[in-house]
Amino acid sequence: MKLPIYMDYHATTPVDPRVLEAMLPFFTDKFGNAASRNHAFGWEAEEAVEQARKHVADLIGASAKEVIFTSGATESNNLAIKGVAEMYREKGNHIITCVTEHKAVIDTCKKLEKQGTRVTYLPVQKDGRIDLDELRSVMTDKTILITIMSANNEIGVLQPIEEIGKIAKEKGVLFHSDAVQAVGKVPFDVSKAKVDLVSLSGHKIYGPKGVGALYVRRRNPRVLLSEQISGGGHERGMRSGTLNVPGIVGLGKATALAHAEMATEGERLRGLRDRLNEKLHTNLDEIYINGSMEHRLPHNLNISFAYVEGESLLMGINDVAVSSGSACTSASLEPSYVLKALGAGDDLAHSSIRFGLGRWTTEEEVDYVVEKLTTVVRRLREMSPLYEMAKEGIDLAKMQWVTH
Amino acid sequence: MAYSDKVIDHYENPRNVGSLPKDDLNVGTGLVGAPECGDVMKLQVKVNPETGVIDDAKFKTFGCGSAIASSSLATEWLKGKTVDQALAIKNTDIVAELALPPVKIHCSVLAEDAIKAAIADYKKKQEQTKGAPVGAGQHSQPSA
Repeated sequence: MKLPIYMDYHATTPVDPRVLEAMLPFFTDKFGNAASRNHAFGWEAEEAVEQARKHVADLIGASAKEVIFTSGATESNNLAIKGVAEMYREKGNHIITCVTEHKAVIDTCKKLEKQGTRVTYLPVQKDGRIDLDELRSVMTDKTILITIMSANNEIGVLQPIEEIGKIAKEKGVLFHSDAVQAVGKVPFDVSKAKVDLVSLSGHKIYGPKGVGALYVRRRNPRVLLSEQISGGGHERGMRSGTLNVPGIVGLGKATALAHAEMATEGERLRGLRDRLNEKLHTNLDEIYINGSMEHRLPHNLNISFAYVEGESLLMGINDVAVSSGSACTSASLEPSYVLKALGAGDDLAHSSIRFGLGRWTTEEEVDYVVEKLTTVVRRLREMSPLYEMAKEGIDLAKMQWVTH
Repeated sequence: MAYSDKVIDHYENPRNVGSLPKDDLNVGTGLVGAPECGDVMKLQVKVNPETGVIDDAKFKTFGCGSAIASSSLATEWLKGKTVDQALAIKNTDIVAELALPPVKIHCSVLAEDAIKAAIADYKKKQEQTKGAPVGAGQHSQPSA
């Protein structure tokens, strides 16, 4: 077993060697510009791009013409949300999203709010999912877009997107989903989900960084977007800029592999994830799973280890790469807003660890992580005043804390 | 973020982890921070009533590695100091010793607060004992 162990596959994934192999010729020999229409170099690049487009479309049950390549999911989310807000301004100015969305969605909505768009941020229930009745109740005749993620990047919780899609259709409202964490990991079909716009990313599915895609429905309804990057009119005019041919080829190969291997790989990862979960629960008391276990990505686990602070926990398992919702590990020095939204209390957000298993995770690694974590949690609890107080029967929630 | 060697050393080999009997008249306890802020420090000193020197110091900390290191270092420094010397320990001394980066300065502030709170608790106990009439121990209970 090689150390350090990588168990942070929600953050990013390594490029699969088969993906890299497919990409390499397009840096050197096959370097053509896919927009060069009158020579073999251009045709070769264009053909590779179109094949990749087909692979991406196949993975999500779309047609190739509905796939727009971008620089990544952040751009896809920006293009989808801003593009709809601008294009459908005549129709309405209300967007519905959710508090646990990725910042690429939340901050895009915040920006639009400054420009006069009205945004409703739906809360989530204790399990991390939105309440569909609440969604129905906040819709108005000015609502133009619902944007709700498929799977959350921290807690792996799957939103009821088929039901959301149905509600959106009934009301004639467009539905966008940031499906970065879900596509290639769990079955995803644009027809079943009745979704109109879908963001996805290369580097979350063993493809390269710096490439992503946006699915834009062409029929029932035909979705129009106001372009956010103007120029030569590439990608049906929705996203100008010379195509990143090696990146796109890599994304295409990555989606083809995910399509072929998702079913078996998903089951394998679910087995490993459940093993991790069960062993941790056997070894340690007072550990809490954040978010629904039933509606969850098979390779995700997010657990709070009560009375222990997340960053100190990470420090004790420094040969294991995972991430924490603790304030100390975030750039903003705030604990995870996703975990706070679950209503479990900030203290549990500070004590949380996110595990993301992936293509190269082994049983041996899972067992190592369990042993290591168990030792460190026990050690840190021995030096935790909160653990001591809890054992003495003091109700920590009722304490008057001296904040600073 | 990379930790300094001294932070790692205190995290891996924390000095003086534990608890002193908090009802002991010669023990002062400081509990600062809050769980929802991500750090809580409990720091205790045991003062020799004859000499006014801190004989023993213990800590327990819920917090990041820098918070653990700051409180561990504080207990090391407290031992052997008089109460007044202890009050002269500044958070900037802790920052310098542990080479804490700017985002971790609040850990050192918390450690200084914990020292001050522990000594204030000790002094309060002492005054209450002195102020209480002989044989009237029941009036000297510290208000919780």
